[in-house]
Amino acid sequence: MDIRIENLSKRYASQRAVDGISFEVKTGEILGFLGPNGAGKSSTMKMITGYIGIDGGDILIDGRSVKREGQSLKRYIGYLPEHNPLYLDMPVIDYLQFCAALQGVPNDRIEERTRMMIRLCGLNAEKHKNIGELSKGYRQRVGLAQAMIHDPEILILDEPTTGLDPNQIVEIRRLIREIGKAKTVILSTHILPEVEATCDRILIINKGKIVADGTADTLRQQASGQEVVHLQLEGTTAQHAVEALSALPHVAVVKADEGGSSRFEVKSRAGHSSRRDIFNLCVAKGWVITEMTPVETRLEDIFRNLTVN
Amino acid sequence: MQAIWVIAKRELHSYFDSLMAYIMLVLFLGFSGFFTWLFGSDIFMVGQVSLEAFFNVAFWTLFFFIPALTMRLLAEENKTGTIELLLTKAVTDRQVVVGKFLSTFLLVSIALAFTLPYPITLANIGNLDVGQVVCGYLGLLLLSAAYISIGLFASSITSNQIVAFLTALFIGLFFHLIFDVLAGQFTGAVGLFFDALSLSQHFGSISRGVVDSTDVVYFLSIVFVGLMLAEVSLAKRTIQ
Repeated sequence: MDIRIENLSKRYASQRAVDGISFEVKTGEILGFLGPNGAGKSSTMKMITGYIGIDGGDILIDGRSVKREGQSLKRYIGYLPEHNPLYLDMPVIDYLQFCAALQGVPNDRIEERTRMMIRLCGLNAEKHKNIGELSKGYRQRVGLAQAMIHDPEILILDEPTTGLDPNQIVEIRRLIREIGKAKTVILSTHILPEVEATCDRILIINKGKIVADGTADTLRQQASGQEVVHLQLEGTTAQHAVEALSALPHVAVVKADEGGSSRFEVKSRAGHSSRRDIFNLCVAKGWVITEMTPVETRLEDIFRNLTVN
Repeated sequence: MQAIWVIAKRELHSYFDSLMAYIMLVLFLGFSGFFTWLFGSDIFMVGQVSLEAFFNVAFWTLFFFIPALTMRLLAEENKTGTIELLLTKAVTDRQVVVGKFLSTFLLVSIALAFTLPYPITLANIGNLDVGQVVCGYLGLLLLSAAYISIGLFASSITSNQIVAFLTALFIGLFFHLIFDVLAGQFTGAVGLFFDALSLSQHFGSISRGVVDSTDVVYFLSIVFVGLMLAEVSLAKRTIQ
């Protein structure tokens, strides 16, 4: 099921939590929702699930408006809220059966779905324990299991991997990717490598507005636009090298590291690469390249650039 | 309909798992049994084959116990945030409210069912007016329903269970006592108005064996208004 968000806005008292955002998520796509705390991620997700009302604009799920038909659309959505609230006094298995029944899973399939979720989320050893006795990681798995229990077309996951250990994170990511092949998934997170690892597309919002939208690679290109290379040379002086490198046709800026070591940062002009030229220059001059590393703009930097003003 | 039952069943389980149900049953049966059979103006003291003593005790014990049962219904969910999970499932706000109402109503009905040996015993001792007893139980059920819906509303407006308990008791006190007292203070239309609002008046006439449609309508309107307000206060999150 496709989700289309049109000019969505939400206001709390005088503060605009979500300010006219529009985007689309297609079936089979995993959308990573990034943004600093209070940027409007959770509000947007809550509006998609129908938990809070929509102030302006609309959300269309498969062409049907959440504003008008929200109630009947709920059963297509699996939702894991932030902080993962659960009934702590209920055993895992009872809780999952309760959720399945509420989501309208037919009685004769509840058993089967519950068993499947327990296996899928690795809860077999804990299934008879009360949720309150579980560690945070296991609770998170219960949260995921209840979100997926009715095999929803749309999964909304608000920070799904918080509190998990690295092994569990890898497992959960694999699980999300697996599910994302046939379903529509929106997940929010603070962990930037996570979006790169799991998501097909990244959406960064700040102060209720979309500031970036695209794959990790397109975001990088937009953000830097320039090739940056770290270079270390032997057999020359810093001054000589800077002069010679700056003379290359596509090189924009050359910076030598302070302290007289022969390390340089070479920035090329937008849309050009100078690595070949640098190599040829060094061969001609008889310099030895001991290091040449292309510097990728990290997602962290993009995120910081877009969200810190 | 299925969703209402699923929610009611879970709440009922939760009452029994948390010992709340057992405490309530023991206290309710203990209090009502003690004052019906052993102490004060009990049956042997009055010397009549009548359950009036029991109905009077239950009238007060239910007034105190029901807010204690209803206080956690929504307040706890508000506090832990599970309300968000519940309401994003394929259920309506109304189904949640009615389901929770039903769970407490069933628990109170179970408690009242355990007192059925009282009339059975009495019927063996003397000539019991069955009609009056049936009416008395009907009155208790209606009264419970009214207080549960008030308690549910009180629980829906806060995330603090103590506040929910006290609010329910406070609102309940008006129906239970204050309107009755006010009715005695005024004459004419104002007096009649408070008389019509007083729960004890309506309960009194039912438990005496006279089931008037106005009494039934009175209780059902409290239930309806209470549940509606609870639903409105749940729905408030969508407008803000």
